[in-house]
Amino acid sequence: MGDGGTPHGALKPRLELRGITKAFPGVLANDKIDLKILPGEIHALLGENGAGKSTLVKIIYGVLEADEGDLLWNGVPLRIASPHAARKLGIGMIFQHFSLFEAMTVTENIALGLPGRQNMAELARRIVEVSNNYGLPLEPHRHVHTLSVGEKQRIEIVRCLLQNPKLLIMDEPTSVLTPQEADKMFETLRRLADEGVSILYISHKLDEIKALCHKATILRGGKYITECDPTQETSKSLAEMMIGTNLVAPEHVENATRGEVRLKIRDLSMETSDQFGVNLSQINLDVRAGEVMGIAGVAGNGQVEFLEALSGEVLSQDPANIQLDGKPIGKLGPVERRNLRLAFVPEDRLGHGSVPEMDLVDNAFLSAYSQKKLLKAGFIDRSTTTAFAEEIVQKFDVRTAGVSHTAGSLSGGNLQKFIVGREMLQDPRLIIIAHPTWGVDAGAAAAIHQAIIDLAENGAAVLVVSQDLDELFAISDQIAVIAEGRLSVNRNIREITIEEIGLLMGGTHGAGERKEVSSVA
Amino acid sequence: MSGVEWIIPILLTVITAATPLVFAGIGELVTEKSGVLNLGVEGMLLVGAVAAFVTATVTGNYFLAVAAGALAGAFLAFLFGVLTLSLMANQVATGLALTLFGVGVSALIGQDFVGIPVDALPKLAVPGLSDIPVLGPVLFGQDALVYLSLFMAALVSWFLYRTKGGLILRAVGDSHNAAHSIGYSVIGIRYLAVMFGGAMSGVGGAYLSLAYTPMWAENMTAGRGWIALALIVFATWKPGLVVVGAYMFGGITILQLHAQAAGLDVPSQILSMLPYLATVVVLVLISKDESRIRKHAPACIGKIFHPAA
Repeated sequence: MGDGGTPHGALKPRLELRGITKAFPGVLANDKIDLKILPGEIHALLGENGAGKSTLVKIIYGVLEADEGDLLWNGVPLRIASPHAARKLGIGMIFQHFSLFEAMTVTENIALGLPGRQNMAELARRIVEVSNNYGLPLEPHRHVHTLSVGEKQRIEIVRCLLQNPKLLIMDEPTSVLTPQEADKMFETLRRLADEGVSILYISHKLDEIKALCHKATILRGGKYITECDPTQETSKSLAEMMIGTNLVAPEHVENATRGEVRLKIRDLSMETSDQFGVNLSQINLDVRAGEVMGIAGVAGNGQVEFLEALSGEVLSQDPANIQLDGKPIGKLGPVERRNLRLAFVPEDRLGHGSVPEMDLVDNAFLSAYSQKKLLKAGFIDRSTTTAFAEEIVQKFDVRTAGVSHTAGSLSGGNLQKFIVGREMLQDPRLIIIAHPTWGVDAGAAAAIHQAIIDLAENGAAVLVVSQDLDELFAISDQIAVIAEGRLSVNRNIREITIEEIGLLMGGTHGAGERKEVSSVA
Repeated sequence: MSGVEWIIPILLTVITAATPLVFAGIGELVTEKSGVLNLGVEGMLLVGAVAAFVTATVTGNYFLAVAAGALAGAFLAFLFGVLTLSLMANQVATGLALTLFGVGVSALIGQDFVGIPVDALPKLAVPGLSDIPVLGPVLFGQDALVYLSLFMAALVSWFLYRTKGGLILRAVGDSHNAAHSIGYSVIGIRYLAVMFGGAMSGVGGAYLSLAYTPMWAENMTAGRGWIALALIVFATWKPGLVVVGAYMFGGITILQLHAQAAGLDVPSQILSMLPYLATVVVLVLISKDESRIRKHAPACIGKIFHPAA
């Protein structure tokens, strides 16, 4: 199976799509898409956000119905009317955003995905058996909200396996896993393929696809582009087929002269009020002027709480826990922190980063009114604010029909560029950016990365929290890992390997080193 | 023996005061467990009460009367379902409107029946057992609806936590998107849950107009629908605790009546306030422990479900 070629060349395709077309009001999400998956084949579906991958998968899984085109299952044309019908055929799906019920146990979650009645005790026994058999250990009686993201994904996989699937659809399965967890999952997938299961693997991580998949179908803008053998392509050539233009990697010159310490975090601990939250424990960190500090970690390890503490949404116990330019700011609210020229790009674009129902001018005003002096005698200076919003749109290449359009009408990538631009143009001394390119297409991501690097070169301190290791390696000077509410000691990006970061993400801390840092403080 | 005799009428009235709350509370619990917040309980109690009363006076058949109450409540709940589940109207606003609608429509239907007396729902008597002093009349001398209310509470508890259907219902309330993506009909399940809640409220209303005070008076529920809603939060969405809470509030209601009768030197208005005051106090106490509520509350409660995404 490792040869990467067509494994069962003479076989009839398990699933074949011909000319699938699906239109939504205003967009043609799928435009005459063809796809062929053989038994035992791991087939990649590759494309940018908005390329039509999700729509196509929903059609296969019976969530949506195609407007036109044929679907053939083992050579027989048929219509899949519902997910129930799909599962009956032997199609299993593992969702990117898990379809799990947090308040229920592992067994209950799996029972919900199976047809008919189950004896819960018997089901629990089968879960243990199947999960151990495939190297995906699960404890059936645990409540889902107490599990790690990797364990949650195992529930989804085991739920599919219990139904003896013929085709397994996986939507960006590794985006929430540590590199080690991902490797383990690949072993399971290869074994399933050896047993004859077809796998449709959706991802935009090209290295993974090259390592795992036998075939790849590439979509762009809702259209079928080509089918290729990913092992015969380079990451660059795959990316270019996906995007349709040449990709320019961000230029990153190492900053030899690191400036003075801008952000100093000392012994920051915090109890969360959220039942599903994470407590922060003894966080220490220095971020210097002119450097990009990357914070890696699997989601749900305290990133949300850490960002809330930094932005001032939640105040720390001691003002000296967080210092900006030597000034204790731990007890200052978000506005006061902004007045000290701390800028903040939150994780949640719609809701935290912008007000979706307001236009871009108002959104520009909301976080920048003090820095950019947009108030005139207590009233909004509409013309200056409009000029500022237009400056953001122009400098950060935000694609919009005009600044009078609402924030909610922008695509994810464009809104992110707008928010990043709004914060960067306030000339911050420290900028904190959460997941700068989450859900952003590659072209916009490259632009945002370049902007972050340029800002640091101009002397700002930058702290980036991200789950995407490739991103952190592309833009950071220093990197630290957050796991279970603790932050590892930071390391130079050139002196640390992906494997070491993976181990830290799994919760193995450099405890001895951490003590040293605290005593220096 | 004479020392405890006085407690029998009190216990009996506590049970009658609690029973409508058990019906309404258990019904609304099922509705909320499916992720729908129906604030129209008061309105559904009222239409149930008037429908049952009118049927009883016209036909004299109590079985038909209770069935009419349940149907009327379920019909009102169905209207709520059409508005909030199919037309995706805001649940809070629609629920409030449903209460106002119920008050008005029940007054309209019942205007010719005000002041007409009916015989109270007959008490069942178990020969022998009902004659046991104190316990006999309390445990074995109630009307059929009292037993039905407790049976329904047990049935709902069994259904929610022991059957696949209950698991699916809770799943829909916990995450409607996840339930939809594995292929459950979120809207269909919610319709059933909402209508079950309406039918139960309707029976609760029937109990008020047939057994508690066997007569019809405009707005006779006097806020019990709201207490039932508060009960569910008090019970952190557990059927057993809904029953306990209903009896506690029933007890407070009766206690204040007896205190007034005994001529306690407190203005009667203050005493009448007691059940509602107790509701507010208990809600504040319960809400202090936020995590407890979050653990048991259906996560999707009150959220509109858009199936397309």
